[in-house]
Amino acid sequence: MNPEHAYKSVALIRGFEEHLPDLKAAGKIQGSMHLCNGQEAIPVGACAAIENRDALMVTYRGHGWAIARGIPLPDLFAEIMGRDSGLCGGRGGSAFFSSAEHGFLGENSIVGAGVPIAAGSALAARFDGRGSVTFVSIGEGAMNQGSVHEALNFAAVFQLPLVMVIENNLYSELTPIASMIATATLAERGPAYGIPAVRVDGNDVDEVESAVREAAVRARDGGGPGIIEAMTERLVGHYDLDPQHYRPQGEIESARQREPLVRLRATIGSERASEIDRAVEATLSNAIAEADAVPFPSSDTAREHLYA
Amino acid sequence: MPEAIIQTEKRTFTYIQAVNEALRWALTEYPEALFFGEDVALPGGPYGASKGLRKQFGERVFDTPISESAMLGAAVGAAMRGRRPIVEIMFGDFFLVALDQLINQAANVRYVSRGRFTCPMTVRSQHAALPGACAQHSQSLEAFFAHVPGLRLGLPATPEDAFEMLRSAIASDDPVVILESRAFYQDRAEIDVNGPVQQPGGARCLRAGTDLTVVTWSQMVGRAMEAAEELATRGIEVDLFDLRWLNPMDIEAVLASVARTGRLMIVHEANITGGFGGEIAAQVSKEGFWHLDAPIERVGALDVRVPASPPLNAAVIPQAATIVEAAERLLTH
Repeated sequence: MNPEHAYKSVALIRGFEEHLPDLKAAGKIQGSMHLCNGQEAIPVGACAAIENRDALMVTYRGHGWAIARGIPLPDLFAEIMGRDSGLCGGRGGSAFFSSAEHGFLGENSIVGAGVPIAAGSALAARFDGRGSVTFVSIGEGAMNQGSVHEALNFAAVFQLPLVMVIENNLYSELTPIASMIATATLAERGPAYGIPAVRVDGNDVDEVESAVREAAVRARDGGGPGIIEAMTERLVGHYDLDPQHYRPQGEIESARQREPLVRLRATIGSERASEIDRAVEATLSNAIAEADAVPFPSSDTAREHLYA
Repeated sequence: MPEAIIQTEKRTFTYIQAVNEALRWALTEYPEALFFGEDVALPGGPYGASKGLRKQFGERVFDTPISESAMLGAAVGAAMRGRRPIVEIMFGDFFLVALDQLINQAANVRYVSRGRFTCPMTVRSQHAALPGACAQHSQSLEAFFAHVPGLRLGLPATPEDAFEMLRSAIASDDPVVILESRAFYQDRAEIDVNGPVQQPGGARCLRAGTDLTVVTWSQMVGRAMEAAEELATRGIEVDLFDLRWLNPMDIEAVLASVARTGRLMIVHEANITGGFGGEIAAQVSKEGFWHLDAPIERVGALDVRVPASPPLNAAVIPQAATIVEAAERLLTH
C-alpha cells in the first residue's frame, strides 16, 4: 500500500480513538469503549483486500474496522454519542453497531460470537454465487470460545469463503493469552481444522494486506476458509477506563517503538506526516461537529423495529 | 371478472408428515430457503421430518456437525445476507448450548439495526417429556424463549398446526422458534395443503364451556382435553383453549373467555416457578380482575428435575387427573 495512504488511514483511526475519551470527559459519550490504538494496521491492511461485494463482521473493538471500511466518520461519532445516527440511530453504541450499506454485519459484544454468524454469511454467499467473501475479526481470547471452534470446523467442512483475522494483542481481556493457551501460537490450530493459517506482523500494513489478500483469493476461488493471526499490541486499556495494573512496567513504552503509526511516520518522513496529521485532525473536528449536531433519537421510537 | 376459485386440497397426514410437507412447501415457495441440522439431509431426520428433502432440493438441505452454536449462528448470518434458513435443533434441551446465537444475536438483528438487517430464520425443535426419557431430553423451556423480545414462539399441538404454524414461522421475516413434541408425531389429521399462509398468533378454542376457562399448549393440550371430558361427566363445562403461540400471545381470547366464566386455570408441562403461566396470570389479574370470581389456578410440573423412571415421571408431570382435581378445587371458590 502507498505508505502515505497507509499513514493517513492509520492516523485517522488513531485520531478517532484519541478523541473519544475527550468526548466522554466532556459528557458527550456514556458507557465504556474498547479502543484499538496500536492495532490500526490490521483493519487498514485487511480492508485493502475487501471488495464491495464482500461482508465484514468484527468485534466490540471495531471502530478501526468501520473507518477502514469507509463508514462515514460523522455517523460513527454520532452512533457512539448515542445520537440518531445514520448507522443504528444510537441503538448499537460503541460496541454493537452495523451498516448494511457497507456490508458491515456489525461489531459484536459477545466474545467469539461473530464467527458463526460470519460462517452463515459465507454460506449465503456460496448460494449467491457472486464470489463474495466474508471477513471476520476476533481477538486472540476468542480462540478459546466453543462457538469459534464450532464455526471453524463448520466453515472448513463446507469449504466456506471465510477469512478470519485474529487480532492477537497478547491480552485476553486483562489476562496474558500465553497463560491461557498451551501452544506457542494460535495459527497452529488452523491445520487441526484443515484451514491454512499464517502468523504475520500485525503492525505492518503491507504484511497484513498481503496475507489477507492471499486468503481472500483462495476463498473466492472455492479454496475454503483461511486464518491470519496478526500480532500486535494495545497501546491503551482493554476498555477506556482500564487502569492496566496488570501490564509490566515499560511494556507500553516499549510497544510505542513498534506501533504502526511510528513506523509509517519513519517511512514517509515527519514533515509529510505532520501535514497529514493536520488534515486528519481537521477531518475529525468537522466530523465531531457534524455528529454533535445530530439530535438524540426520539424516545417515542423505543418500541419500533422489534418485529417485521 | 369471475371470482378466483380457491382450490382446497385436503390430505391426511401424520404430524411428522405435516412438518415434512410444510418444509417441502417452504423450500419450493422460497428459493432462498435453506434447511439444515444434525442428521436431517441424508438420514432424513431422526424422526423423518425431512425425509426426501435432500433428494428434491439438493444442497439447500444439508447435514451439519453436532454444533448448535455454529448451526444457529450460521442461520443468523445467512438470514442477514438474504437467505431464509430453517434449522432443526434435535431436542429443545440442546438449545441451551447455543442460546447466545438466538438471544444475543438473532433477536437483536432487526431492532438494533432499525431493520437495515433482518433475521428471517426459523428454528424448529421438539421438547417435553415422555416416560423413560432422561432429564436432559425432557424439559419444556418455552418460558425462556417467550421472555425474549424479538423472538416469535409457537407450539403446534396438532398435525394441522404443525403444517400451518411452521409455514407461518418460515414466511415470517422475524426469528421464530417452533417447539413441536415427539409425542404428537404419529397423530393423524386431514390438512388443507393449499390454504393461505396465516400470520403468527391466535389461540384456538377446543371446547366451549361456561364454568371455567382452561388455557394450555403443547403436550398438555391432550391431557387438558381428556380432563375437560371427564369434568363434563361431572357437570363442569370447560372453555378450553390451545394458546398455540406464546409470542404473539392471544391474551384477548383468554380475557374474553374469563369474562364469560369468571375462572381461569393455566396448564403447562413446564414446572410452575417462572413458567409462562405466571405471565398469563399476571396479565389476566390486571386486565380481567373484575371478571374473576376465584384466584387463578396454575397447573404445571413439580419444581424438580425430570426423572426418567415412568412412575416418577408421572408423579412430576401433570396428568389428566391432576387437571381434574385442580379444576374441582377452583370451582369450590
